Amino acid sequence: MNLWLFTPEITLAVFAVLVILLDLGVQQKNTLRSVSLSGLVIAGAASVAMWGGDHPALFNNMLAVDNFALFFKFLFAGIAFLVILASADYVDKFSRFQGEYYAMILLSTLGMMLMAATADLISLYIALELTSISLYVLVGFLKDRKSTEASLKYLLLGALASAVLLYGMALVFGATGQTQLGAIAQSIQAMSLEGLLDSPALLMGIVLLVAGFGFKIAAVPFQMWVPDVYEGAPTPVTAYLSVASKAAGFAIILRVFFSAFGIPEWLSLNWGVIFAVLAVISMIIGNVVAIPQANIKRMLGYSSIAQAGYLMVGLATLGFAPAVAIEGQSTILFFLASYALTNLGAFIVVIVISNKIDSDEIADYAGMGKRAPVLALALTLCLISLIGMPPAAGFMAKFYIFRAAVMNDLLWLVVIAVLNSVISAYYYLRVVKVMWLVQPASGENVPSSGAPRLALFLCCVGVLLLGIIPGLVMKLAELAGKIFIG
Amino acid sequence: MEFNYLTTILFLPAVGAIIIAFISSENEGIIKRVAAIFTGIPLILAIYLFAVFDRSLGAAGLIQFEEKYLWIAPLNAHYHLGVDGLSMPLVLLTAFLGFLAVFISWKVHERPREYFAWLLLLETSIIGVFASLDLLLFFIMWEIEVIPMYFLISIWGSGRREYSAIKYVLYTLFGSAFMLAGVLMLYFTTGSLNMMDITNQGLGMVQSVMAPGAIFVAFLIGFAVKLPAFPLHTWLPDAHTDAPTAVSVILAGVLIKMGGYGMIRICVGMFPDVAQEYAQPLIIIALIGILYGAAVTLMQTDIKRMIAYSSISHMGYVLLGIFALGQVSLTGAALQMFSHGVVTGLLFAMAGLVIHNIEVRDLRQLGGLVRQVPVMAAVFSVAGLASLGLPTTSGFAAEFLIFLGSFNSTAVPNLQVYTLIAIVGVVLTAGYILWMLQQAFFGPAKDQFNGVKDEDVMEKCYTFVLIAVIMLVGIYPAILTDVIKLGITPIVGFIGG
Repeated sequence: MNLWLFTPEITLAVFAVLVILLDLGVQQKNTLRSVSLSGLVIAGAASVAMWGGDHPALFNNMLAVDNFALFFKFLFAGIAFLVILASADYVDKFSRFQGEYYAMILLSTLGMMLMAATADLISLYIALELTSISLYVLVGFLKDRKSTEASLKYLLLGALASAVLLYGMALVFGATGQTQLGAIAQSIQAMSLEGLLDSPALLMGIVLLVAGFGFKIAAVPFQMWVPDVYEGAPTPVTAYLSVASKAAGFAIILRVFFSAFGIPEWLSLNWGVIFAVLAVISMIIGNVVAIPQANIKRMLGYSSIAQAGYLMVGLATLGFAPAVAIEGQSTILFFLASYALTNLGAFIVVIVISNKIDSDEIADYAGMGKRAPVLALALTLCLISLIGMPPAAGFMAKFYIFRAAVMNDLLWLVVIAVLNSVISAYYYLRVVKVMWLVQPASGENVPSSGAPRLALFLCCVGVLLLGIIPGLVMKLAELAGKIFIG
Repeated sequence: MEFNYLTTILFLPAVGAIIIAFISSENEGIIKRVAAIFTGIPLILAIYLFAVFDRSLGAAGLIQFEEKYLWIAPLNAHYHLGVDGLSMPLVLLTAFLGFLAVFISWKVHERPREYFAWLLLLETSIIGVFASLDLLLFFIMWEIEVIPMYFLISIWGSGRREYSAIKYVLYTLFGSAFMLAGVLMLYFTTGSLNMMDITNQGLGMVQSVMAPGAIFVAFLIGFAVKLPAFPLHTWLPDAHTDAPTAVSVILAGVLIKMGGYGMIRICVGMFPDVAQEYAQPLIIIALIGILYGAAVTLMQTDIKRMIAYSSISHMGYVLLGIFALGQVSLTGAALQMFSHGVVTGLLFAMAGLVIHNIEVRDLRQLGGLVRQVPVMAAVFSVAGLASLGLPTTSGFAAEFLIFLGSFNSTAVPNLQVYTLIAIVGVVLTAGYILWMLQQAFFGPAKDQFNGVKDEDVMEKCYTFVLIAVIMLVGIYPAILTDVIKLGITPIVGFIGG
């Protein structure tokens, strides 16, 4: 066994502890930020260095070190990096707990990296809990009424989801006698079709897994925590939740359903249909309920539910595609990368603006085009990307994912999805309208410091690059799409 | 390496937009000059391309000035530009009106930096639609156009501008949602995004898994919204009426031509058999558009709204010409697109001048202006007469070809009867144009308009240039039809009619 393959995870664990220890002695809290950032850089670089290597697994096939996992490890490190940059000014709201804040972000990133890598139900659960518990704490960090309520709500519903998930895992284990994903797959393939039909425990287990993971990715009907948690949590944490936590959920769904339940076709078609139906209701409910929202964090919350719907079009494709195909995986990976940049960009603007005007009401964004032209332009670009219009990344991501769906007989789903994009244009453009068309209430400029500006710049450049020359990242996503089964 | 003319024409306005974004709004004069330069050079290049365009019969169906580079390898998408007889005149028209639009906007003083940046970006995206030969690039350009339009109408417009702007955006996105589905289906069935390959090899290269009819209809909805065809036209009067003058010119002049162009290039060019099947209902829709559009125009009193509704009627002729599916009628439709672009561009420019100089937009309150503003009256009259298709103007040549072509076409039974019904539209057109001219410029002079300004030098320049183009095409239409027919011939060849 080669422990070097565990470098990204070990780095994050060490740096998380280091940040807490430094917090005791260091007066300059900016140091903590630099230390956490360097930890993330090392972890990200280590993931890149391992790319393409032929060392598939660690710890008796509990953790995979395939390109798929490395893709996500780099993505999570990048997201956490941008979130920490973006929270530079925001952390003043809880200045006494900055060390804990950074450490929690590092630990949850660690958990997500494990989630992307896990190839065994047991390590899966541990990774999931490590992520979730760090996030429960982060959501309650503001300690005011809304934040505390959000944290409690997230904790209770999260615990419920974990219980459902555990139950599902127990049923799958009961039906197959295995916890390692590859072994589960072999056991299922050894069953006859009649055997499968006679084993409701396995099917029930799969359905419960969908429900448990559905909570993580905020798919309807497991989305009820989203609006309150998104609104109450500190905005950088909301950004982090909406992007990283969702990506981790998709990573784990992709791995489990591809590795364990990808064959026989009869089975994958069935969960493909489940995801297709969830996709439809997530898109419709997310988009329709987003329309009347007056708070931009809630609006982006519902929009993230709708985006999960588009992503689930990819999951449905995964179920419908032949088992050897990689379209389902690679399109989801590309979509997640572009969604991460886009949504982070939008949230960074929300963070900077709420720091100044202390409000998240869309109405208070009036005249931002005059007060903060650069921020307003960046937010406009991100919202256009969320609609899925060129030249932003969102368009390419949708085109890529819908193309794969059409290739696998899901035209009906694509038609519903593109019509939903039209609905979404209405509420995204409403923010644009308020920023550029409505007269500002005050002429005061909105200042922003260097770190968030750098993060925003990186996001916007990424959004444009992925929208105009997406070829390279698509290629990487295709390489990462070949998941190790074990 | 050969000089990439089309790329230069396509991206110079966008480069200009970026440069303008960095100029302070206080330097209004500089902004306008930069805009003029970055639309002027593309116009010169477009005229040059039009002049050296290979008009020999051997060039029929050939793509000229082609540029092709691999763009997104995993999708097999190419950065692929080129023009044929169909798109060349439209590229020229866009560059022409884009350049004039800068001067038509010379009196815009509100937030000039953003205004001209969006205007130039708009020009790039429209040229991109006409010059793209890769379906993905085509669709991207088609979509990008929405964003500048939204800002231009909602910030610099008048009346219910925000409502009109969002209505325009939602209609367009609704249409392009279907179009995207069409692009994906076409891509899936042919495995290619190359528009020329798909056209030339037909759907024979296909694994034919999807009904061509479904793909045809998906594209048709997208184009019909833009054209606009009845009953998807209701965004147009609002958007045209409330848009700032130069944007109305672009909108009526070239933007709605994207719909007609797409129908010829994709619907008819790629699905000739399906087009024949659907020709009859589409021609009936065209007739409804012609007559209904003209009838509604007769009832308008707002000068811009009137011209807007007349566009619906005129685009009905284009639809008729396209789905009569004959060589002559299709040539007429393509010529009508060019002609309507120049004529209605001039009409909107004049309406803008009336509103700007006289500050009245209700026709009933105008009157007798010929004495106070003789130049304006003369130019407006010429534009109006061109719009109703008076011989020696471009409108006559185009409409004549459409009627001749559809009367002789056998694509649809009883097409002669339909053509005769459509000609009634010309009478209605004459009715509302003459009524408009009479209301605004003739009759007893009103004292309240004494001292209003007539056209200044710059305005005279661009209106006279537009008139010159109208007359040139009217007297010698072959200058365009020789080019157009090279693009139409191969398409008609597929129909086999």
